[in-house]
Amino acid sequence: MQASDRFNINSQLEHLQAKYVGTGHADLNRFEWAVNIQRDSYASYVGHYPMLAYFAIAENESIGRERYNFMQKMLLPCGLPPEKEEE
Amino acid sequence: MYLYSLTLQQATGIVCATNGNFIGGKSQEIVVARGKVLDLLRPDENGKLQTILSVEVFGAIRSLSHFRLTGSQKDYIVVGSDSGRIVILEYNKEKNVFDKVHQETFGKSGCRRIVPGQYIAVDPKGRAVMIAACEKQKLVYVLNRDSSARLTISSPLEAHKSHTIVYSIAGVDCGFDNPIFASIELDYLEADQDSTGQSANEAQKHLTFYELDLGLNHVSRKWSEPIDNGANMLVTVPGGGDGPSGILVCAENFVIYKNQGHPDVRAVIPRRADLPTERGVLIVSAATHRHKTSFFFLLQTEYGDVFKCTLEHDNDRVTELKIKYFDTIPVTISMCVLKTGFLFAASEFGNHGLYQFRAIGDEADVESSSATLMETEEGFQPVFFQPRGLKNLIRIDQVDSLMPIMDMKVANLFDEETPQIFTLCGRGPRSSLRILRPGLAVSEMAVSQLPGIPIAVWTVKKNINDEFDAYIVVSFASATLVLSIGETVEEVSDSGFLDTTPSLAVSLLGDDSLMQVHPKGIRHIREDGRIIQWETPGKRTIVKVATNRVQVVVALSGGELVYFEMDITGQLMEVEKHEMSGDVACLDIAPVPEGRQRSRFLAVGSYDNTIRILSLDPDDCMQILSVQSVSSPPESLLLLEVQASIGGEDGADHPASVFLNAGLQNGVLFRTVVDMVTGQLSDTRSRFLGLRAPKLFSAVVRGRRAMLCLSSRPWLGYIHQGHFLLTPLSYETLEYAASFSSDQCAEGVVAVAGDALRVFTIERLGETFNETVIPLRYTPRKFVLHPKRKLLIVIESDQGAFTAEEREAARKESLEAAGMEANGNGNINEMENGADNEENDPLSDEQYGYPKAEAEKWVSCIRVFEPRTSSTTCLLELQDNEAAFSVCTVNFSDKEYGTLLAVGTAKSLKFWPKRSFAAGFIHIYRFIEDGKGLQLLHKTQVEGIPLALCQFQGKLLAGIGPVLRLYDLGKRKLLRKCENKLFPNTIISLHTYRDRIYVGDIQESFHYCKYRRDENQLYIFADDSVPRWLTASYHIDFDTMAGADKFGNVYFMRLPQDLSDEIEEDPTGGKIKWEQGKLNGAPNKVEEIVQFHVGDVVTCLQKTSLIPGGGECLIYGTVMGCLGALLAFTSREDVDFFSHLEMHMRQEHPPLCGRDHIAYRSAYFPVKDVIDGDLCEQFPTLPADLQKKIADELDRTPGEILKKLEDVRNRII
Repeated sequence: MQASDRFNINSQLEHLQAKYVGTGHADLNRFEWAVNIQRDSYASYVGHYPMLAYFAIAENESIGRERYNFMQKMLLPCGLPPEKEEE
Repeated sequence: MYLYSLTLQQATGIVCATNGNFIGGKSQEIVVARGKVLDLLRPDENGKLQTILSVEVFGAIRSLSHFRLTGSQKDYIVVGSDSGRIVILEYNKEKNVFDKVHQETFGKSGCRRIVPGQYIAVDPKGRAVMIAACEKQKLVYVLNRDSSARLTISSPLEAHKSHTIVYSIAGVDCGFDNPIFASIELDYLEADQDSTGQSANEAQKHLTFYELDLGLNHVSRKWSEPIDNGANMLVTVPGGGDGPSGILVCAENFVIYKNQGHPDVRAVIPRRADLPTERGVLIVSAATHRHKTSFFFLLQTEYGDVFKCTLEHDNDRVTELKIKYFDTIPVTISMCVLKTGFLFAASEFGNHGLYQFRAIGDEADVESSSATLMETEEGFQPVFFQPRGLKNLIRIDQVDSLMPIMDMKVANLFDEETPQIFTLCGRGPRSSLRILRPGLAVSEMAVSQLPGIPIAVWTVKKNINDEFDAYIVVSFASATLVLSIGETVEEVSDSGFLDTTPSLAVSLLGDDSLMQVHPKGIRHIREDGRIIQWETPGKRTIVKVATNRVQVVVALSGGELVYFEMDITGQLMEVEKHEMSGDVACLDIAPVPEGRQRSRFLAVGSYDNTIRILSLDPDDCMQILSVQSVSSPPESLLLLEVQASIGGEDGADHPASVFLNAGLQNGVLFRTVVDMVTGQLSDTRSRFLGLRAPKLFSAVVRGRRAMLCLSSRPWLGYIHQGHFLLTPLSYETLEYAASFSSDQCAEGVVAVAGDALRVFTIERLGETFNETVIPLRYTPRKFVLHPKRKLLIVIESDQGAFTAEEREAARKESLEAAGMEANGNGNINEMENGADNEENDPLSDEQYGYPKAEAEKWVSCIRVFEPRTSSTTCLLELQDNEAAFSVCTVNFSDKEYGTLLAVGTAKSLKFWPKRSFAAGFIHIYRFIEDGKGLQLLHKTQVEGIPLALCQFQGKLLAGIGPVLRLYDLGKRKLLRKCENKLFPNTIISLHTYRDRIYVGDIQESFHYCKYRRDENQLYIFADDSVPRWLTASYHIDFDTMAGADKFGNVYFMRLPQDLSDEIEEDPTGGKIKWEQGKLNGAPNKVEEIVQFHVGDVVTCLQKTSLIPGGGECLIYGTVMGCLGALLAFTSREDVDFFSHLEMHMRQEHPPLCGRDHIAYRSAYFPVKDVIDGDLCEQFPTLPADLQKKIADELDRTPGEILKKLEDVRNRII
């Protein structure tokens, strides 16, 4: 990488994307967007204990189980990714 | 509108807990995080958990850990929160505060996916700490000491790994080698890109060891190995000479021991025999017990069973892993084993327990072992067990927890002075209805009848150095009774007291002589039995007396004061006389200050509505120093030194000040500060206590002087954590009281009321409410009050449980199988009262939880409860897998049945994989037997789940999914009258006022609707522009609604006045506009007028006043069991004052865990027009100079600010 590249907008974006998970880009597809939203939501549920408790009451599970379920769902939050369109 | 937010009862649920020596020395303490509150708890010598310190941190605490530097005697606390900072705290014993030792910023604030704070692990030797996020980021901080032995913290070392979900982290005990941290990781990168799903199926969790090289100051991935895909938690195994080191991986159904270069040792977690096969067993909390050379783990499953896990090892080789059934206690979120043999179990819902170990599970029991692990074709062979009664643990204390509050109503069903708060709490078999009353709980030690109606009571010691009181002296209208306190309390006649006359005062004089004041004179009983009498001159009688240890002032009829002082020989000498202008109403002298000869001030109350301060100094004896006029004649006076303490365990730095307290005849308690030098009175505060003139007595609370005020109910004024609190006691009206101290009861109160003598102690100081608990059967959902008959109708439902009959059958079977027929006939009622007969019930559901059934199986009941008799008068179990979700009472316009009960139910509801149900119903019940019973009239099937029901103009309004529908009562079912299907998602709340209907949607906030009777049309005329996931709502006024959302915000919505007028005046009611619509929404938008982040899911709201004559406020209850109030300010001045105070507090006293206060209160939406009273109330805990500084900025004195804070609190509760 050349020194000048560091300041161009694309490399800055790339840097941001590497640093902050979930930073979008122009070619973001619907699936990727949804996956990010879902992962953010699950992380927020796990982080906010009262919310976790709220879910646990609704589903009549223990809070520990509920937290585990949410963490598990972070793997494939929106099901399988769509097949890549050939370009 | 400006609101003042104040937490009335701190959250009672616990997020995480850790134990260690935070004070230093031998004692063990527990630090618990209750969401936004950090508490330090300690079991006292009686095995009761005491709160030493409680701090609101204005941030969400997510993880806690403690560490100790080698060679140190004291533990530090590490806090992971939503502040994007790591905070290290140290408990300061002298000041009773948490000192922030370090605060290092590493990321953005908020609970984010990649910002650490979710997990914390410490190196067992206290050399490093790792703080991790759910995904990717892990930071390691090196902890060390500088030359002056202060704790230092390094800059963070990164151990990040992208695309990786972290389940748990733990420190590995490897002695003094380089610190190692273990984590359970799952890489999702490939699964995200592979559309065939193959990589997702192959996704494998890994156990990764990160090594911190202290020499290179660098963290590296040392070792990574696949582990069971059900892994969820890590537990550190002692190492470095104490054990084999390594890590325990808790996974679904298994516990696996792992270490680098060590083969896995795996054992299955025993299963309950009645557990459905498709359900796994997950470990949810763990505790390690280390004892000299041995150690074991306690692991608790999600069903509440605790297992003792031991490792057989030969140096570093682990040969066997054993898991033995230990006991069953309610599911915890965290367990702490204290070195003193206690187990603190922080329950996830309901009361927390403190248990004592009776045994450590050495007896034979169901055990699974790695040595006997059998692998078959279907997987590993499970081990089964049957839960049994407690064998190894015994519960010695419990800490009340309201978590979760499901619903709440404030009403005065008992016709008491203040309304009661009825809350539905808990979940499943541990659910309860709790009746909260503001005030302290009192535990009655003894009640004994006396031969007449007593008018007064005192306690005296025989010697100043005695620990306990010697006599209780009771005065009747014409006699005095002396009781001696010993093993028993019995009447004596050799005490030297005159028993043929009533008494006016009895006290200890000097070091060892006693004094009795009666209407005719003073009787001074010397230690050697000599009696010296002073008689009143002429026909005058003594009417009032004030004494301390060396000074006595008597007021004679006609208004003459006679002042006596004890000289060095112990003789009581008359010093001075003074003629007052009229009869004296009351008198008081403060106790002799330490290091002084006498107390300087005498307070005299007269019937001319004045209180005078007189000097008792020899120089200006009986000179009037100051005069205060009051609104009504004073009845009783008490000079009380309010020393909000000089450090120590409960208080902040404070100069002491003497308060003159006066109980006035109009029921007001009047408090004013007495200047210690001049005797001038300033800074007056008054508070209405009750309908009777308060009588004031001195009492002892936690070794310090406190004040008892007896009005129409008793109150206690005492100091708690730096605040002076005046709290009602939940006890009956008392006539006269005195402090009491004996062998059995160190700090009690003896009081007279009616013809009885009562001894009681005051418990759980510092709490705002005391509660009466009534157990319920299933998770309560909602309740309503029967409008006329003071009955509560509660609906309860539980998912995945068996009905009472099924449980009973299964229980009988299992008991018979165990050969215990004796208890086999325990019926449903017995289950109901699980709390009472827990001891003799071998398998109480409260302890063990209900057996799990399939997820689509529901149990539910409707209960009619009569609070007065505290009895359930009717309990209907719903059949056919129906579950009740909404309830309301309704009066239909044809008055055939009077008040009816409508209950909305769903049949076979399932949430996963998609919400589905077989049918929804609205049941209509009629009340029989004076409302005590219910009879089903009919049930109507509807196409959705009726989650909201409400009466409206003689009809029933129901929210069924996205449909709002109006029903009328038919003979065999409900008849549809009108409907509107235009609501976005699901209607969850309905409120009505006149012809307006306020509809709350689960995701889309409020919709204001109108019903036009002539056209029979329901239409939406206004809605909200912000999506809000509504959890609670309350109707405030014609244009205003209060709501709370899932993310912990409370907000008020108002329809602007001009729009509201326009709609009301428009003959079509805005209908034309509505028909046009705007972007699928309503034509008008409501405006947000108030917005506040509570930081907890609010589940119920009600506008009410908690005290007679108090301000109306909005009371809320939350999932974490917190109760709070939002009080509307009535004057602009107050708003200015408090917003400035809040601003200064934000600047001068930033929250403890590093979250910015204003950012926290604006976590989702910017805070609007709410002043945080919890922050303002931290003002008294500031150092005196800082208080002064803030007060100067506000042009006030610190005292005035404290008074303001007290005033506003007194308006709420």
